[in-house]
Amino acid sequence: MFDKIKDVWHTISHPSRYYSLGILIVAGFVAGIIFWGGFNTVLEATNTETFCISCHEMHNNVYQELKSTIHYTNRSGVRATCPDCHVPHDWTDKIARKMQASKEVWGKIFKTIDTREKFLAKRKELAQHEWDRLKANDSLECRNCHDFQYMDFTRQGKRAEQAHASGLASGEKTCIDCHKGIAHQLPDMTGVEGWH
Amino acid sequence: MKPFILILLLMPFIVLAEQNIATLRSAEIAAEPDAPRMGNEENNDLRRKRNYPMQPPTIPHKIAGYRIDLNSNKCLSCHSRRQVVDSQAPMVSVTHYMDRDGNFLAEVSPRRYFCNQCHVPQTDVKPLVENTFQDIDTILDNQKIKQ
Repeated sequence: MFDKIKDVWHTISHPSRYYSLGILIVAGFVAGIIFWGGFNTVLEATNTETFCISCHEMHNNVYQELKSTIHYTNRSGVRATCPDCHVPHDWTDKIARKMQASKEVWGKIFKTIDTREKFLAKRKELAQHEWDRLKANDSLECRNCHDFQYMDFTRQGKRAEQAHASGLASGEKTCIDCHKGIAHQLPDMTGVEGWH
Repeated sequence: MKPFILILLLMPFIVLAEQNIATLRSAEIAAEPDAPRMGNEENNDLRRKRNYPMQPPTIPHKIAGYRIDLNSNKCLSCHSRRQVVDSQAPMVSVTHYMDRDGNFLAEVSPRRYFCNQCHVPQTDVKPLVENTFQDIDTILDNQKIKQ
């Protein structure tokens, strides 16, 4: 065993005996494209709604609830898919979120929420994670589409205009503070700030 | 015995009268008519006059997507006692904090929890049936004129 490791170390630490530097560079470049491209393709494939709802936990619970909301169907047909709201668009943040998502794979394997009852029992905790995340990043995923800079207050309702012009404009509040449960149903809201 | 015979005699007329009642559905029983277009929900945030003092006030804004269930009540996130300071919305009436024996509770009473059992938004549509309701002021005025 030890000898084998020594052999491998010898190979990496010494100049190549049979291949020219040019071949090594070109081969490395090609391999880089293949591996990096492959990595990104797989990453993007896991970043689609089809992938998300391929698990029944997502398909039977949150996806069904999304269907009747304005983020799924509306007059102009522009819609948000799961990753639009739940995965950051920037690469570094996306990778960080993807690493966190390994916990979700754990949950899938050990059937943490494999029935509606288990899901409902855990809903408050799961919702709280998302609220905390959006609170911490100043509702980044909302703002990917809903840019405050381009909001026309004159086209908003009176109450919306008032709330957006005061709390949101001053940065005192962020989208998720008021807009909870807009795409999925809510857990028991007792004790949540701003409710009841 | 006599009233029974009377009803029996009147039966054909009752049936005829029922047939003349215009249906709001305006389609055969077996047929499925096209759904009427949805009206525009009133959204001006202006309170309407109540037709009588006990009338539940109408909702002068859109409530699409507002859930009222065991877990959450979207209406109360503005109209409850605690929230009105932020929202500046009218607080739900004190009667909603009373149980049926008149005791005051800390929270909205469960029997008043489902807001849109009584409070409804308004839509800008032509009424299906004519409404001949007169409020008490109109009735009193009319009486004065008669005298």
